[in-house]
Amino acid sequence: MHTTSTSATLDDDQPLLMSHFDDLEQQHDASNLGMWFFLATEVMFFSGMLAAYAIYRSLSPEAFHLGSRHMHLWLGFANTLVLLTSSLTMALGVRASQLGRRNQVVWYLLATAVLGIAFLGVKAVEYTKEINHHLFPGKHFVVPADDAEALMKVSATPEELHLNLGRFQMMFVLYFCLTAVHAFHMIVGIVIVLIMAELMRRKWFSGHGTTQIEVLGLYWHFVDVVWVFLYPLLYLID
Amino acid sequence: MTHHIIAVRTYLIIYFALIAFLFATVGASFLPSTAPHLLIAMTIATIKAVLIILFFMHVYYSNRLTWIVAVASLLWLTLLLAFTLADYFSRGWLDIPGK
Repeated sequence: MHTTSTSATLDDDQPLLMSHFDDLEQQHDASNLGMWFFLATEVMFFSGMLAAYAIYRSLSPEAFHLGSRHMHLWLGFANTLVLLTSSLTMALGVRASQLGRRNQVVWYLLATAVLGIAFLGVKAVEYTKEINHHLFPGKHFVVPADDAEALMKVSATPEELHLNLGRFQMMFVLYFCLTAVHAFHMIVGIVIVLIMAELMRRKWFSGHGTTQIEVLGLYWHFVDVVWVFLYPLLYLID
Repeated sequence: MTHHIIAVRTYLIIYFALIAFLFATVGASFLPSTAPHLLIAMTIATIKAVLIILFFMHVYYSNRLTWIVAVASLLWLTLLLAFTLADYFSRGWLDIPGK
């Protein structure tokens, strides 16, 4: 811990300089860069599933097209709106922390968490509907009659039909995996946002917690970016 | 420590631009099936992502090292998709016995 004999009392406006950094600028940049490296690994984490999606969709475009018709377009739309708004409140929270407005930060973080929870609520409604329609992959999955008929028309051989029916279900495997992993990131994000709100309330951080809130913001916006791609890929196929 | 503090106005402009693009992407999904749906949807999604990354995530005002890490993560994604899809698309091109 960096202490000097001249500064016996802590200056609330200045962050503490940890001994392994040259200056505050470097300390701040190191935290940001660390989060960016983590986000780079997160991109790779989602890439695997997105690559699987790209392969199966290119093999059976019709199956994916039919599958996406069962997604609730307007619920997804509402959720995108909620998530974009939560990114705005988070961005304004970061701005407030840069300006040293502690109370505002707490309120913006709470707003962000509430919007995040609203997103999860809508997601839960969607999951319930899909599970009730036997669209959850596994033993109880049923290909709706209309879709089975449509797939029969585009399949030349019984073998191809078998593959297309399997890939129809694969669309739902990918849908549930991608959205569940995304929802997990949301849950983690909400928990951290709430913890940070409480720590901000308690004046836990030096320097108004600017670095900490900025880094948290990066994570939150990243989860938003992932959804920006998931929404058209899963809900909006034609 | 220098921070570039972005104006509230800028944040709001970006936010409303994102909402506008959201409406655009939903609207585009109702176009007749002859339209290049995937291309349009992915172009709009990329624009939205770039706006979020540059302004909400402050990359536009960040140092070069942050730029490199941000761009590099997309490079890995591109490599993965490009090589995997190239493999799947080209499998039938050569008539190799026992393949």
